[in-house]
Amino acid sequence: MFEQLGDRLQGTLKKIRGQARLSEENISDAMREVRIALLEADVSLPVVKSFITKVKQKAVGVDVSKSLNPGQMVVKIVQDELVELMGAANDALNLAQTPPAVILVAGLQGAGKTTTVGKLANLLKNREGKRVMVASADIYRPAAIEQLKTLADSIDVAFCQSSADQKAVDIVANAKLAAKNGVMDVLIIDTAGRLHVDGELMEEIKAVHAAANPVETLFVVDSMTGQDAVVSAKAFDEALPLTGVILTKTDGDARGGAALSIREVTGKPIKFLGIGEKIDGIEAFHPDRVASRILGMGDVMTLIEEAEQKVDKEKAEKLVKKLKKGKGFDLEDYRDQVAQMNNMGGIESMMDKLPGMGNLNLPTGAMGGMMGDMNKSVAIINSMTPKERQFPALIKGGRKKRIAMGSGTEIQDVNKTLKQFMQMQKMMKKMGGKGKMAKMMRGMGGMPGMGGGKFPPGGMGGGGGMPF
Amino acid sequence: MTESNIPEQAEQPELAKKKPEAKKRSGFARFFSRDKDKIEQTPSEPVSVEEGLDKSRTSLMGKIGNVFKGSFDINDDLFDELEEVLITSDIGVEASLEIVEKLRERVKSDKIQDAPGVIAGLRAEIASVLSPAEQPWDVLHQRPYVMLMVGVNGVGKTTTTAKIAKQFRDQGKTVMLAAADTFRAAAVEQLQEWGRRMDIPVVAQAHGADAAAVAYDALNSAIVKGSQVLIIDTAGRLHTQSDLMEQLQKINRVLSNLDPSMPHEVMQILDAGTGQNALSQLEHFQKAVGVTSVCLTKLDGSAKGGLAISLTQKYGLPIRYIGVGEGYLDLKPFSAKEFSDALIPDISDQIGDKA
Repeated sequence: MFEQLGDRLQGTLKKIRGQARLSEENISDAMREVRIALLEADVSLPVVKSFITKVKQKAVGVDVSKSLNPGQMVVKIVQDELVELMGAANDALNLAQTPPAVILVAGLQGAGKTTTVGKLANLLKNREGKRVMVASADIYRPAAIEQLKTLADSIDVAFCQSSADQKAVDIVANAKLAAKNGVMDVLIIDTAGRLHVDGELMEEIKAVHAAANPVETLFVVDSMTGQDAVVSAKAFDEALPLTGVILTKTDGDARGGAALSIREVTGKPIKFLGIGEKIDGIEAFHPDRVASRILGMGDVMTLIEEAEQKVDKEKAEKLVKKLKKGKGFDLEDYRDQVAQMNNMGGIESMMDKLPGMGNLNLPTGAMGGMMGDMNKSVAIINSMTPKERQFPALIKGGRKKRIAMGSGTEIQDVNKTLKQFMQMQKMMKKMGGKGKMAKMMRGMGGMPGMGGGKFPPGGMGGGGGMPF
Repeated sequence: MTESNIPEQAEQPELAKKKPEAKKRSGFARFFSRDKDKIEQTPSEPVSVEEGLDKSRTSLMGKIGNVFKGSFDINDDLFDELEEVLITSDIGVEASLEIVEKLRERVKSDKIQDAPGVIAGLRAEIASVLSPAEQPWDVLHQRPYVMLMVGVNGVGKTTTTAKIAKQFRDQGKTVMLAAADTFRAAAVEQLQEWGRRMDIPVVAQAHGADAAAVAYDALNSAIVKGSQVLIIDTAGRLHTQSDLMEQLQKINRVLSNLDPSMPHEVMQILDAGTGQNALSQLEHFQKAVGVTSVCLTKLDGSAKGGLAISLTQKYGLPIRYIGVGEGYLDLKPFSAKEFSDALIPDISDQIGDKA
């Protein structure tokens, strides 16, 4: 998300960046383009208008004696205003309450509420060690309760059974009792999707809210929503005392206009981003970092945090030790590396956060294709015997054929994987244990889809501490 | 991912009881439910007539009404304001500019001088942009007629699949459903529940099964049973996830291996609340599986119909259905004229003496 808006804004601002003097005219020209860029990103019109007015006011009266040139000043003003739009810092969940702390989730149909409840429960359980229970008050959509139960079972959190012939408020009362009896820290309540213009269902959610008395009431919204995002957010905000917003499906190519508008209109912070369909695809929302992502300045902080959370440290240390001992990097290690990258949301998500990467202009999906190939590599390695993994030199014609059959691939794919592995092995030898991300990434030039891609020198510097 | 809930009128009297009052409807839903003569409605369909105030608050025509309120001149400011109104209805910057440009020419050449004239001109421009989206549709020339339902998560694929199946069945066609969303938890159960309520056979395998295998099974079953229509529901996937798009291509391949003309229809479901990203969604799905038609869901929120215009302007695909409410009969066949009338109705009564 945000890349395309970023590209547009960067292109526009590039023109103005070099200007030594700013006239009202060239600011106006730039702002006209900024306006279109924001509108095409689905930022709502009233928000765009007030944004442009603010930037213009600040830009025209800009103090030229500062260390930045006027052009750079404008870029800075735009960034500051973007941060302002989205809220300055991350707002975490406030669960300081006599347990169970109740979280109520509401939103339009298809926003991703149930999936988000699962992700949130998983996050609270794993990262904060909370005892979590989930319950579904969606009595309308067939199998909605079943869906949440399946999710709850898969992440091993408590589920309070409900049924479609109960009333939503009764379900909530039951769930609260069950959570209390079960000594839960947190109870998350999923609700039915509803349109903000549906008076009766809006009344129902008010009653549900009253019964639940939640400490957090979160509005779940699809990041691809158009101009109507502000209208529905406002309606929900008026009906319920919302405490925050969760933006979902941010792994698509939506330009994130909804994110920019909703905060401005409701004044409620965006607390999380939902990314992808996997259960751990949820990330705290940091407005400052996202603003710099939009302007192509990268978001190394999030990348480092992700690396810390998701990379298996034990495995990484083991590998470092092994390499230090002078032992070779074998196919098992290679497979682990690929799996680690997958854990971090794949290359696409990593690249997204690196400074300068937004300017590479890779076709959408190019990276995705690469991940597909990497997954294939994992299948291929899985089809090898332990001995083959340790001594890849053994793998000749007959074995290759068997491995290709076993992994459902072609012999060419096996060859490709072996070649990539060999490149990686060479690189690892050079690194001699002191992992430098920059070197590793350069070595990946040999991977499919990268086409020997050149990375800007030093661009990866921020990731230097990553335990690869 | 959640999908929409449909309390169905016929099968669920208890739900009808829960909502005894006709719901307040705005925008499209109000328009279409008011227009009883044009569109077939069941007697149980709640029909609501809304007071004028409400419509001016929520919908595009209301916004346009505001443009003409008070004193106005036909000048650049007026056109700029109209352009903004179009943009806020998700018509998109490019399409809005083009429509307003054409309107400007029309006003000039036809020497239009009053508000109703400008509004009628705008309506005509929009109708002409929309006309390629209205195309005849014959599902009985193939047996089974195979439809593949695709789209991103949460647009309402499963619900729409059920609604279309029900309409077909009510028209006397024999229908079969395939639950090829084997990914989302309880998606199979959701479709099976619909099948049970509507008495339509649903071919399904276990959660996590190969979607293409489900489709293949269903097709064979439809052939054996001689069903007239087979509708295949698939898992929602973001258009940027290339591996999931490949999986969809596999379903396509499996079907066309059996008969190259299959699937006869690849229908992309789009949430009308989606912004400009809908264009990107359609572009990616079209590239991957050759989308042949579109269905716009959730149009009843408020005046969100602008998407139909930017989509048609760019791709010109037929829009088979629009969803204006929760009941299955609220899934309406698309008509360019009705749609543009709903988007920009006659508001001369609201403009007042200025008109």
